[in-house]
Amino acid sequence: MYRSHVLVCGGTGCTSSNSPKIIETFEAQIKEKGLEDEVKVIRTGCFGLCALGPVVVVYPEGCFYSEVKVEDVPEIVEEHLLKGRIVQRLLYDETKSTEEVKPLKETDFYKKQKRVALRNCGVINPEDINEYIAYDGYQALAKCLTELKPEEVIQIVKDSGLRGRGGGGFPTGLKWSFTAANKADQKYVVCNADEGDPGAFMDRSVLEGDPHCIIEAMTICGYATGATEGYIYVRAEYPIAVKRLEIAIAQAKELGLLGKDIFGSGFDFDLHIKLGAGAFVCGEETALMTSIEGNRGEPRPRPPYPAVKGLFGKPTTENNVETFANIPTIIREGAAYFASMGTEKSKGTKVFALGGKIKNTGLVEIPMGTTLREIIEEIGGGIPNGKKFKAAQTGGPSGGCIPMSLIDTPIDYDNLTAIGCMMGSGGLIVMDEDNCMVDIAKFFLNFTVDESCGKCTPCRVGTRRLLEMLDKITSGNGTLEDLDKLEELCYYIKENSLCGLGQTAPNPVLATLKFFRDEYVAHVVDKKCPAGVCKDLLQYKIIADKCKGCTACARKCPVGAISGTVKNPHTIDTSKCIKCGACIETCKFGAIVKE
Amino acid sequence: MKTLEELMALRDAAKAKMTARDDSTALTRVVVGMATCGIAAGARPVLNKFTEEIEKRNLTGVTVAQTGCIGMCQYEPIVEVTAPGKEKVTYVLMTPEKAAKVVVDHLVNGNPVVEYTVGALKK
Repeated sequence: MYRSHVLVCGGTGCTSSNSPKIIETFEAQIKEKGLEDEVKVIRTGCFGLCALGPVVVVYPEGCFYSEVKVEDVPEIVEEHLLKGRIVQRLLYDETKSTEEVKPLKETDFYKKQKRVALRNCGVINPEDINEYIAYDGYQALAKCLTELKPEEVIQIVKDSGLRGRGGGGFPTGLKWSFTAANKADQKYVVCNADEGDPGAFMDRSVLEGDPHCIIEAMTICGYATGATEGYIYVRAEYPIAVKRLEIAIAQAKELGLLGKDIFGSGFDFDLHIKLGAGAFVCGEETALMTSIEGNRGEPRPRPPYPAVKGLFGKPTTENNVETFANIPTIIREGAAYFASMGTEKSKGTKVFALGGKIKNTGLVEIPMGTTLREIIEEIGGGIPNGKKFKAAQTGGPSGGCIPMSLIDTPIDYDNLTAIGCMMGSGGLIVMDEDNCMVDIAKFFLNFTVDESCGKCTPCRVGTRRLLEMLDKITSGNGTLEDLDKLEELCYYIKENSLCGLGQTAPNPVLATLKFFRDEYVAHVVDKKCPAGVCKDLLQYKIIADKCKGCTACARKCPVGAISGTVKNPHTIDTSKCIKCGACIETCKFGAIVKE
Repeated sequence: MKTLEELMALRDAAKAKMTARDDSTALTRVVVGMATCGIAAGARPVLNKFTEEIEKRNLTGVTVAQTGCIGMCQYEPIVEVTAPGKEKVTYVLMTPEKAAKVVVDHLVNGNPVVEYTVGALKK
């Protein structure tokens, strides 16, 4: 028995800030002190508090050490593991207290969270099936195969009120029943792990932190719908997730939890991993299946829906990673437990990847119906540097934004749709007063222009034209008529595109136009960017009264746009200025401003 | 794996190895004083004996932890046993042999070994 467990985060965030080296050092130091039979080091999935990574948690005390560096490891081993003295200086600020360590789940970041899909992330070793089983893993599958009929499983999923977490919000139980109703010699289950929105990493974290729950859920889905084969379509850019999935599948097969005659029920199920090359459009279900079949990832018109004619022309159920991650808990704890969380029409919880101008960047899971204010101010810790909140972007390039005036909206599928936004897969990017909303719309459009597969004209040409219009506006050449044209084109693209990518691509533009039209107007009428982001609309000026004539800026200017003589106020030649900002950084007297 | 029973057996075995990570208050905790005074007085063999015996007997719901100086350095090694709903029991001047007896009498059978406690010392 190991008396102490050291959990080190092995999610992508902490891995890139050196957690593998930290694990190595822990193992070496523990060995050096002769503690290798007493202390176990475990690499887990994401804890969620990515902003404070790398994260190390030491049990049984439950000490949450944040921003741990390799150099800190010997101190933790010597003081904490050998002598039992907690290293106060490395504790996450909020857990520090005079008496004893405050449990992590009582901190502001975790207090309001409810972890269902992420229940094992940061808790178990994802590369050890025994730890998943210790936390009630595979019990849901056993229950389905030994006690429930397929239609009973579907009924439980229906009763739970679970809706697709990939963005659309289609009722999962209903989706399963469509596939189940179709007779065929072969059916498939597909897990969509092609997470492509900029700033979203929910699916990756689930796969990295708890791969077995996806395997379990897909097998349950296979049993319920009559499918015997499954595919996980995951991006090749997620190497840690892929590796852990491979390990998990091999372990499940070894224990007979995948393969032939699972739990003696006569039900067979096999899983394959298919690596995607990272095209955004492959997150669209028909394009994803086309890609699995070995063809170029392009969508096709629906109907026929995948439940009728999906992968290889056979009935197929496709769900997102997070949707699947909820399934084992629903079966194990019952539909009523799941349905007790959330709002009337949106049950359960939702995982969000918090990013942008927020203190606690990371992964959070909240009950549906939590307000944006709670997420940002309480869980997220607010906006850094005392800046003011402007808007939150949800749903990535397919989504919209929630402005300050709607910050108290309870978040669920229908409320977000009602305000012209969408849940999306769960990226939540917070913006403050320094973000220009036109620039944000341009950023996302740039992304969709790159990612449009080119099959249909409205999307291929339309998004390009949209981007050109936005360029025109941000460079100060736009007119008020352009705003109307912009809006008209948006609706045209939405209505005429073949797949979800094109149908939602104009959303960032429409949402910013709706809530921040004044910013667009400022760009076209006053030729000003209120947030000071759009370079073409900025002018650098030297305030003569403040300028001491030190010549520092003139020497720094890379294009020689600043002139003046020593001890006399300088001036900037705006025709030469490239707006690089070097002069502002150089000036010691605050004499240079941009406006 | 063919039956639910097999799965549950595997779960219980795996769970027993993970009690250290259980932060529920329903656990019995064995806390060994491991400050300089405790270590010098021989706390480490005591700690190891506790983990060894607990594992040997497949005791679930028990964790072994360390703490700093408990304050009565002359009576180290000191071991405190806390269980939900029960008074804390403080053992003093512990040895590996005494630890083995505490595991059997106290942790398994629920009878604190009174003669090893700090109360007995004062009499």
